[in-house]
Amino acid sequence: MTTATHPSTAEVWDWLSHVPDPEIPVISLTDLGIVRDVAWDGDTLVVTVTPTYSGCPATAIINLDIEKALREKGVSNLKLKRQISPPWTTDWISEGGREKLRAYGIAPPIDGTAADGRLIGRVNRMTGGNLTVACPRCGSAHTTKVSQFGSTPCKASYRCDDCLEPFDYFKCI
Amino acid sequence: MPSLPDMNTPDVAELAREAAAHSHATEIPTPDAGQDAFFEVLLRLGDATLILGHRVSEWCGHSPALEEDIALANVALDLIGQTQMWLGLAGEVEGKGRSADDLAYLRDAWDFRNLLLVERPNGDFGHTLMRQFLFDAWHFELLKALQGSSDPRVAEIAAKAAKEVAYHLERSSDLVIRLGDGTGESRRRMQDALDALWAYTGEMFLADEKDVAVAAAGIAPNPRDLEAAWDATVRDVLTEATLAIPESGFAHKGGKRGVHTEHLGYILAEMQFLQRAYPGASW
Repeated sequence: MTTATHPSTAEVWDWLSHVPDPEIPVISLTDLGIVRDVAWDGDTLVVTVTPTYSGCPATAIINLDIEKALREKGVSNLKLKRQISPPWTTDWISEGGREKLRAYGIAPPIDGTAADGRLIGRVNRMTGGNLTVACPRCGSAHTTKVSQFGSTPCKASYRCDDCLEPFDYFKCI
Repeated sequence: MPSLPDMNTPDVAELAREAAAHSHATEIPTPDAGQDAFFEVLLRLGDATLILGHRVSEWCGHSPALEEDIALANVALDLIGQTQMWLGLAGEVEGKGRSADDLAYLRDAWDFRNLLLVERPNGDFGHTLMRQFLFDAWHFELLKALQGSSDPRVAEIAAKAAKEVAYHLERSSDLVIRLGDGTGESRRRMQDALDALWAYTGEMFLADEKDVAVAAAGIAPNPRDLEAAWDATVRDVLTEATLAIPESGFAHKGGKRGVHTEHLGYILAEMQFLQRAYPGASW
């Protein structure tokens, strides 16, 4: 493959926007905001990916899915780079991604509330808290946290006190 | 069938010599004493998260409620993920081509540098949560300081892990308060756990010459400097939990130097089973 026939990086970004997240397949890897960079290094396509959680078991699958998708598009020289800084936060999830999560029944993270290392909830608990997670089914703000962790490390378990729907909240980190 | 060798056979003497050589890692020439201390401090970080991660994962399928089972497994997963980064960097700093997996699976107890606290048996759910809280409060302060490390690799890993650990501390302090300030039974169990674990907290703040060397290079904080903030958080939470803070300042120590309790051997026997039974196995 010569430089002239490289697919453009915009094209590669578009392909990646169709690769679903293995754990929450309604959103793509680019919706999730974990693809940091796409660049050509000579004849090698370098895709830089950041993990959501340091122990996220989906990381290996995600790399495999990226490799598979790009090989299917004819990319033969591919390098996947891991980058941990700046760390991923839920603020990296795209607006479109948030809507897809909500439609799927997962309350999206509240924008701009990613943890900055403060003891987030201790203050909230003492003051009664002012952060409400709306039910993705009926929209009610009367919801209760059932557990700080849910079906995957990135989610917490909630329940709607109005329609009684149990749901996952994509927690802010 | 081969019989067990008695203590006088030459083979045993040979084995003992080999074991002695192996247990003295300092005999292996190191290019630079500073790197040696850095490697050691990275092992202390990575071994603490590895052993606690493994301990907490023992709850998987055994917790008192499904939500707690999932939460504990997720905390364990975070810790194992952080271990991959710390031990990965340790292998890089050591410069002998050892990977994070090599360090986790191919060392024996005397080469582990974790705090004794993290190898304590799980006990009941309250005991596990108390151990987690005492650790989280320290881990949180440690990672906060490590984000300002003079080594950018350390600062990056710390920034990644700090967000996860803020959640761990949030959860464990919440549960310590709820169980401490709960029923008579839950309060008794939390007080028992605190009394049993308190003597294992002092080791977190002990500094040896390696800690001092690494702190002088600005790579990691001096462990002593973390104590005041840890103490403030712990007293705040335990007071709210209506628990009596033990007065004894006695501290068990040795883990950071590779002198462990018998519990670590059992953890490693299980954790390293596959590599011991099938050396080099991968998939």
